[in-house]
Amino acid sequence: MNGPALAERVTPASLFRQSIDWKELAVRGGLLLCASISVLTTIGIVVVLATESFGFFRHVAVHDFLLGTRWAPLLEPRSFGVLPLVSGTMIVVVGSAVVAVPTGLATAIYLSEYASPRFRSIVKPVLEILAGIPTVVYGYFALTTITPALRAIFPATEVFNAASAAIVVGVMILPMIASLCEDALSSVPRAQREAGFALGATRGEVATQIVVPAAASGVVASFVLALSRAIGETMAVTLAAGATPRFSLNLLESIQTMTAYIVQVSLGDTPAHTVEYQTIFAVGALLFLITLGLNVLAHRFLRGIHRIGE
Amino acid sequence: MSLLGHGSEALRARHRKAAFFRLFCAAMTAFGMVVLVVLLTRIWREGHAWLDWQFLSSFPSRKPELAGILSALAGTAWLVVLTALVSVPLGVGSAVYLEEYAPNNRWTRFLEVNLANLAGVPSIIYGILGLAVFVRWFGLGRSLLAGSLTLSLLVLPVIIVASREAIRTVPASFRHAAYALGATRRQAVVHHVLPAAIPGILTGVILALSRAIGETAPLVVVGAFGYVAFVPAGVLDDFTALPIQIYNWTARPQEEFHALAAAGILVLLAVLMLMNATAVWIRQRARRNRPW
Repeated sequence: MNGPALAERVTPASLFRQSIDWKELAVRGGLLLCASISVLTTIGIVVVLATESFGFFRHVAVHDFLLGTRWAPLLEPRSFGVLPLVSGTMIVVVGSAVVAVPTGLATAIYLSEYASPRFRSIVKPVLEILAGIPTVVYGYFALTTITPALRAIFPATEVFNAASAAIVVGVMILPMIASLCEDALSSVPRAQREAGFALGATRGEVATQIVVPAAASGVVASFVLALSRAIGETMAVTLAAGATPRFSLNLLESIQTMTAYIVQVSLGDTPAHTVEYQTIFAVGALLFLITLGLNVLAHRFLRGIHRIGE
Repeated sequence: MSLLGHGSEALRARHRKAAFFRLFCAAMTAFGMVVLVVLLTRIWREGHAWLDWQFLSSFPSRKPELAGILSALAGTAWLVVLTALVSVPLGVGSAVYLEEYAPNNRWTRFLEVNLANLAGVPSIIYGILGLAVFVRWFGLGRSLLAGSLTLSLLVLPVIIVASREAIRTVPASFRHAAYALGATRRQAVVHHVLPAAIPGILTGVILALSRAIGETAPLVVVGAFGYVAFVPAGVLDDFTALPIQIYNWTARPQEEFHALAAAGILVLLAVLMLMNATAVWIRQRARRNRPW
């Protein structure tokens, strides 16, 4: 824009228009770009998993993949039934829930209903430390401590076994359940507890019959989030449970989870654009869909709480 | 269901039940503590004898007594610095946008939902994304850069959430005072909101990076090597990292390598503890010196 033209059009409105701060707009645009990276990440995940899985499903029928009970993509005769990996994952998830759900919920109840502030200030950092320990460390712990202990009790236990993996994953998700449940329990209004006490209920009765039911959606959401975490757990499971895809429910045998399979292929030298290479994307897509579904479910439960809160 | 017991026998039974329940909850709380103690003592007993200068300054080796974690330590240091360089500006930028600029519309709500879901994506999926995009598509190969870009995407949601919380604690009066003096939104943010929020942001960033340091699975998928006998000199070099090295040693059958893994874990935990202590220290100092 040149000078005279500018001078002709000087009206209050145009003055205002020219005071647009380009620097300001650039900053806003730059920041919007930053915020869009997270959207690009999601798009990237979906596109990568979809395109590579599409390539995989040109070689393997979808129902053979989803319903097949033999997983042997690297050995002849090859077979691409994913159920052994799914069952391996589920054994670990259910086992870890058996360990972590009662302990996590009981810890949360103790912290929110019984513990003194001083005791809480000791336990909460310990839980944070447990939550912050890298998963490979838990894998080491499972292999060198839990597995020998299991073998002492059940001599038939294999070196790599599902039970050890389930226990260690249970320990890993315990802090998550404990702290999310505690948040839910302590958000129950004090008046509800006092109403219980006024009716002569014991502390235990108030906790189990008033507080936990009132916080139910938050408690359930914490379970769902923790299970989703257990499904995606990788290194501890790879180290403890081994790499034997098996469609069985025996806790003392070696199994393979979906995540452990992805690690196994990644450690090998599988060339790109082969079916073997594409399997990790198909398995990854299944893993992504399952965890996404659980997370959406958990957030639905949590939204329920906020509605009640309003 | 009757909360009121009739007669003293029923009342006593209820109190016994209550006492038992309390004991049960206390025992379950103790479980977590006991596991932590067992885990730490086990690792210390196995590993501390191997911790010496030779261990810190040697490359991995087939002979356990000569093996060390120099390349793993160097790789982890590279990864942390590169990941911070990428993820901190992007994360803080996103947080500023969402807290200070974003209009309350559908797009913003979509961004929020997307962030919540990203935080729940298993880390190994980020590894698969990194493998397809950074390693293959961008042609970065199995390099430090590919590894750090993958870790950056992984910790981005954590940094964004922490930074948003820090920005939110800055009182609205700071912004109002700046606007009253004629500051633009950018000036209010850059000169007043961000400086006040920096300690909180820093704490969040350190915690996010300590998560990145412990991550193994995405790096394995992106292609970190188990055996690297050199210190990476540039961002396109091959690399290994502390947790990868620990995994590698743990996965071997020999007892000596398990002891090496324990020693490596001690180093890893020491690094993490140092970072967490720094974060706590910054948080407490900032709380004391808070300008509001």
